[in-house]
Amino acid sequence: MIVPTMAEMMAQGKQPEVLFWVGAAGSYDDRAKKISRAFVKILHAANVDFAVLGTEESSTGDAAKRAGNEFLFQMQAMMNIEVLNGYEVKKIVTCDPHSFNTLKNEYPELGGKYQVYHHTQFIQNLISEGRLKIDETTLQGKRVTFHDPCYLGRANEVYESPRDLIRRLGVNLTEMKRNKSTALCCGAGGAQMFKDAEAGDKEVNVLRTEDALETKPEIIATGCPYCNTMMTDGIKFKEKETEVVVKDIAELIAEANNL
Amino acid sequence: MQYLPNILFAIALIAGIGFFAMNIRKLTRNIKLGKDINRTDNKSERWKNMIKIALGQSKMVRRPFSGFLHIIVYVGFIIINIEVLEIIIDGIFGTHRIFQGFLGDSFYGFLIGTFEVLAALVFIAVILFWTRRNVANIKRFLSREMKGWPKNDGNFILYFEMVLMSLFLVMNATDLAFQQAGVGNPISQFIAPLFDGFSPETLHTIERTAWWIHILGILVFLNYLYYSKHLHILLAFPNTFFANLKPKGQFNNLASVTNEVKLMMDPDADPYATPETGEEEVVPEKFGASEVTDLNWVQLLNAYTCTECGRCTSSCPANLTGKKLSPRKIMMDTRDRLEEVGRNIDANGGTFKDDGKQLLNDYISPEELWACTSCNACVEECPVNIDPLSIIMDMRRYLVMEESAAPQELNMMMTNIENNGAPWQYNQQDRLNWANEE
Ligand code: SF4
Ligand code: SF4
Repeated sequence: MIVPTMAEMMAQGKQPEVLFWVGAAGSYDDRAKKISRAFVKILHAANVDFAVLGTEESSTGDAAKRAGNEFLFQMQAMMNIEVLNGYEVKKIVTCDPHSFNTLKNEYPELGGKYQVYHHTQFIQNLISEGRLKIDETTLQGKRVTFHDPCYLGRANEVYESPRDLIRRLGVNLTEMKRNKSTALCCGAGGAQMFKDAEAGDKEVNVLRTEDALETKPEIIATGCPYCNTMMTDGIKFKEKETEVVVKDIAELIAEANNL
Repeated sequence: MQYLPNILFAIALIAGIGFFAMNIRKLTRNIKLGKDINRTDNKSERWKNMIKIALGQSKMVRRPFSGFLHIIVYVGFIIINIEVLEIIIDGIFGTHRIFQGFLGDSFYGFLIGTFEVLAALVFIAVILFWTRRNVANIKRFLSREMKGWPKNDGNFILYFEMVLMSLFLVMNATDLAFQQAGVGNPISQFIAPLFDGFSPETLHTIERTAWWIHILGILVFLNYLYYSKHLHILLAFPNTFFANLKPKGQFNNLASVTNEVKLMMDPDADPYATPETGEEEVVPEKFGASEVTDLNWVQLLNAYTCTECGRCTSSCPANLTGKKLSPRKIMMDTRDRLEEVGRNIDANGGTFKDDGKQLLNDYISPEELWACTSCNACVEECPVNIDPLSIIMDMRRYLVMEESAAPQELNMMMTNIENNGAPWQYNQQDRLNWANEE
């Protein structure tokens, strides 16, 4: 798979249209890597001139900030901003709502001002510009429910872009009882991903999976690598792996278009 | 002797309003104990929010049943105040139903008739509220933090409303002249027969008594507010005005940290540089919050505004799955501690004397703070735009940056970010491996 880096682009004297911010999960987590690859396939299919930072990318610091470590967050942010500004990056796209939120909202005050897109917004733009079409026959009629990631939904009020893409897949989109602004967290945010939950009587991801299962879905669509992991674990916990799959919207589009 | 009632009334009025004003001064003093924060930008959007959310109750109706009942009580409360105005004028000048002559029978009748209908609706709404609170097993009214005073407080106000509304109707029903005029008594005409056979003098005494208890009740109610979650009927307005306008995911930037990080990252900076002459050796700033005075004044205003409705808690994923965290409790604790600090200051002649307590640990435990997923459901849900998450985050910051007291796994995660640029222990050089797998 061809994934050009900014350094390579620079060596050729080129400035890509957009920087793909892969994020730590998208780079290292086995499940999330598949999302990164699916998204790159889409970028290629739409002839998008893009690049990644590769080994020059570092954690955005989101998890450190939510955990309360403002020092570490700002150090990460300033390092990343130096790299991004060095390459004169203007436009960034990412599959990770946490990176999206941090780059978009929290970097400007530290000197990093970019146009930042979640991949569902970016793909939606590609479609409206006529650069990409989604084949609506492959997944036609499948029952799909969408889990809103907190950092895309409530945090940034992006509710429609993912839904618009899902509808274009020709599937049957059903909403959970808690959706959009009232959606329940998957349980991973605020650095919870990296620690055990406090004592309680249930895990958050299990409760959220129950919300999803009530809609009797064949596919649970997500737009966040952490949500993806949490919902996948929830499905395993409920022993429903044979009936329900958890897929990122980018994966669904790549699948629909046979990429 | 003739002027005795007028004088008594004036005394009651001045005492009631004076005591209230005194408490309001205490309230603003306490709120100002918070750190400064600028929330005066973008005024037009702020006014719009206030009108929509506080005046227009737009977030209340997201839960239609309680939202609808709340609007009845709220509209009733505001409109019946016109009647209170008449009571006050009558009370001071010894007149009786001064607006009647002023506005003419038919318009006056229309007004009072509207009030009577509203009073009846409020009465019904309050009964339904009471039933919801005490009979229907609604989870958010049964939480841990809703025992004792918070529970009683919720009920007291409902009893208050019931009594005030009844007195208003009885006052009208026993006003012989008013009943005989036959306008403006759509409800009280059905109460009037209860008093059939009473002598005009007795009726007059009942009318006067109801009138007096009604106005005294209103003054007591006014002063009760300060001690109650019902302070929200006043503070909802400034609170929605000063609420955060930025995207909910954007957490504030700690400028004090920025300065230190810049120093650390700047190879030319001399960490041992002596401060220039004339420049004071500044006390290093405390990072995050362990006490109410470390919070900003908007957060403290939030605490006083909280209506303890529990909408936040009932949508909190941590709370829904049985964890100790309840965003409502965070707000209640903040207010309780702030009140305690305020009383301490009053008792010690204007300065706070260390009482060996603070918000962290004595009120809010780290276990609660660490259970938060920062999902913003509480912020979204709050009908008066309170931000419990900001307090949770500021307290986490204190735990991590001042006390290095994060849970062990989080410390590992942070070490990994520091060393490997990722929350996991992977080599930075492997960051692009994903592109070539498959
Ligand atoms: S932000 Fe924290 S306190 Fe608020 S609802 Fe989410 S988990 Fe609960
Ligand atoms: S913070 Fe808001 S939602 Fe929560 S109890 Fe207080 S008023 Fe209700």
